[in-house]
Amino acid sequence: MAKKDDDILKKVTGSEYEFGFVSNIEEEIFPPGLNEDIIRKISEKKNEPKWMLDFRLKAYRKWKSMEMPQWAHLRIPEIDYQAISYFAAPKKPKYNSLDEVDPEILETFNKLGIPLEEQLVLAGVAVDAIVDSTSVKTTFKETLSNLGIIFCSISEAIQDHPDLVKKYLASVVPVGDNYFAALNSAVFSDGSFVYIPKGVRCPMELSSYFRINAANTGQFERTLIIADEGSYVSYLEGCTAPQRDENQLHAAVVEIIVHKDAEVKYSTVQNWYPGDKDGKGGIFNFVTKRGICEGENSKLTWAQVETGSAITWKYPSTILKGDNSISEFYSVAVTNNHQQADTGTKMIHIGKNTKSHIVSKGISAGYSENSYRGLVKVMKGAENARNYSQCDSLLMGDKCGAHTFPYIEVENKTAVVEHEATTSKVSEDQIFYCNQRGISTEDAVGLIVNGYAKEVIKQLPMEFAVEAQKLLQITLEGSVG
Amino acid sequence: MSNKMLEIKNLHAEINGKEILKGIDLTVNEGEVHAIMGPNGSGKSTLAAVITGKPGYEVTKGEILFYGKNLLEMPPEERALAGIFLSFQYPVEIPGVTMMNFLKAAVNAKRKYEGKEEMSAAEFLRFIREKQKLVEMDTNLTNRAVNEGFSGGEKKKNEIFQMAVLEPKLAILDETDSGLDIDALRVVANGVNKLRSPERSFIVITHYQRLLDYIVPDIVHILYKGKIVKTAGKELALELEEKGYGWIKEQF
Ligand SMILES: Nc1ncnc2c1ncn2[C@@H]1O[C@H](COP(=O)(O)OP(=O)(O)OP(=O)(O)O)[C@@H](O)[C@H]1O
Ligand SMILES: [Mg+2]
Repeated sequence: MAKKDDDILKKVTGSEYEFGFVSNIEEEIFPPGLNEDIIRKISEKKNEPKWMLDFRLKAYRKWKSMEMPQWAHLRIPEIDYQAISYFAAPKKPKYNSLDEVDPEILETFNKLGIPLEEQLVLAGVAVDAIVDSTSVKTTFKETLSNLGIIFCSISEAIQDHPDLVKKYLASVVPVGDNYFAALNSAVFSDGSFVYIPKGVRCPMELSSYFRINAANTGQFERTLIIADEGSYVSYLEGCTAPQRDENQLHAAVVEIIVHKDAEVKYSTVQNWYPGDKDGKGGIFNFVTKRGICEGENSKLTWAQVETGSAITWKYPSTILKGDNSISEFYSVAVTNNHQQADTGTKMIHIGKNTKSHIVSKGISAGYSENSYRGLVKVMKGAENARNYSQCDSLLMGDKCGAHTFPYIEVENKTAVVEHEATTSKVSEDQIFYCNQRGISTEDAVGLIVNGYAKEVIKQLPMEFAVEAQKLLQITLEGSVG
Repeated sequence: MSNKMLEIKNLHAEINGKEILKGIDLTVNEGEVHAIMGPNGSGKSTLAAVITGKPGYEVTKGEILFYGKNLLEMPPEERALAGIFLSFQYPVEIPGVTMMNFLKAAVNAKRKYEGKEEMSAAEFLRFIREKQKLVEMDTNLTNRAVNEGFSGGEKKKNEIFQMAVLEPKLAILDETDSGLDIDALRVVANGVNKLRSPERSFIVITHYQRLLDYIVPDIVHILYKGKIVKTAGKELALELEEKGYGWIKEQF
């Protein structure tokens, strides 16, 4: 199969990144480098209140005292934080209607197939679209505000809802939680803010598309979602990025607070530029996503399809604090070529009768490395906590790697924690069997991979699921003979 | 005289540098049923693999024509789309992929190749039910993953079912009878017989005369050490059943 592999690899390297184009928007970019002056300037540009500036400065000082973490299974090149520019915004900061938006930006959205315009109404999706760091347009705000739902950029929330922001920002991911969270807290540019009031069921999927657009500009998104008692919301996050030569650092922070009897579903389809065939130029994605099931009977579900980035480091986590709270984590992470992914989840059981369910499906192809790292922690008081974890790895070819690192810490004897792991390989025989029925290799890979990932895909909202299925197939194009 | 469908001329093929097929000549005309018999390891499955384009085999000499077209230049899926079907000796399991999705992909690929529209979901379901009835296929099996956890006999029946669905011009059945109980054998044979037509041909690879009682061949070949050493009418199978391969082995 060695000869075949070469052909395969050639083919893979031939399929260049679909969304790897660069849009030419006039941007205002700060000079590279990070110091207290830059942070003051960011805060000033955004017209922030003093408490926000203080928050940023505190985070910056914390960050300076920290060191970048080391990981066993990632090869991370030295990142020069002084070579990164920490603020970029399209020249005109705000628009009242689509007509005012830079046509280049709209064109970019169109190329990506982002339905910013009227089709949104039909699809029932409200989009908080972000180019680089500043919100360009938020739709559906009025419909939502009639229900008391707040869905806006975090910058706006700082201006208009300071009490909520002050109360919840950094309440789940403390400023000093980790190196990248500290950095994000110091320099975060924008992101989404969601508040669902008591007893309100958000009638539509809330969706935010992110796109990194300025060369050498770090992206530090900040997302804060609060579901008050008895409320429900499903939030979608998706991203693509243009092809670049320099590596681009992305260090987002997502915080989710789920109160008593409330439910949040957070879905991600992540498709950032993974670098070229040699792994050059891709996005570094170091994300801190964490939610807390604060109240009794609350529920938080993570569903994600990860196909992009040169390096991904990401562990959406849930703190199960409220009694009877539930968290589920469904993930498909695909790596190809020279991509590296170290992903997983942490489930921290604090409350009684808390339940967590983890389904992780890794798919590795090319020369990639795909690691699952999961922590299930059951604290002393978590009577009758339950966890079930299932971690599957699918290998394509024999030059890639899959690793599973389940960590289990149980401090309560009544807890039941179960872990199952499997590794399988897409065999040439399977592909030939499909070929013999007239199915092309490309379609065969799509069939097999989507069959394998079905359990996760079906957790995604409809419109995302279809997109995700295509994405899986495209990502793995040519990865098996 | 009927049209030539498959022509194999002086075919030599090797795997991992070891020559397995050592000069095969075989012509199959439209509507004919050929049986290929021969001791274990003589190269029967290898021949089927080379005809269908399984990777890993190298053809060092000779040619294979299908309706005059050079098969060896075509990738496996194109050979399948051109109308060649293999009932695998060892059908492959594909976990997670339901038979329904698998068949849908196969049928749609074929329809696309033929310049036809995809079937609607309702049409497809009706079509599948019809074929299930034709080969007495258990409807539960189509809701399961491809061959996953199927019993030996179920796997073989599933191959015949797929053949019925894909309506090939040439079907190669590689020991489809092995591991079948008497009833299943009859089901499989009936399935094949229902599909027999003046345009459709079969190459039936088997060790047992028993199958040939049901599927009566026009021509029987004996493959031994990579060569077809004897070709005759259906009585050859009976002779083999009676005498074994000893007399063949002595001769060659
Ligand atoms: N990958 C391989 N490497 C080396 N030899 C192989 C390989 N695959 C098959 N062979 C050999 O090729 C010869 C022919 O095998 P083949 O499967 O075609 O036989 P067959 O006639 O179908 O036998 P059976 O009746 O047992 O099914 C055997 O000696 C087998 O060991
Ligand atoms: Mg055989």
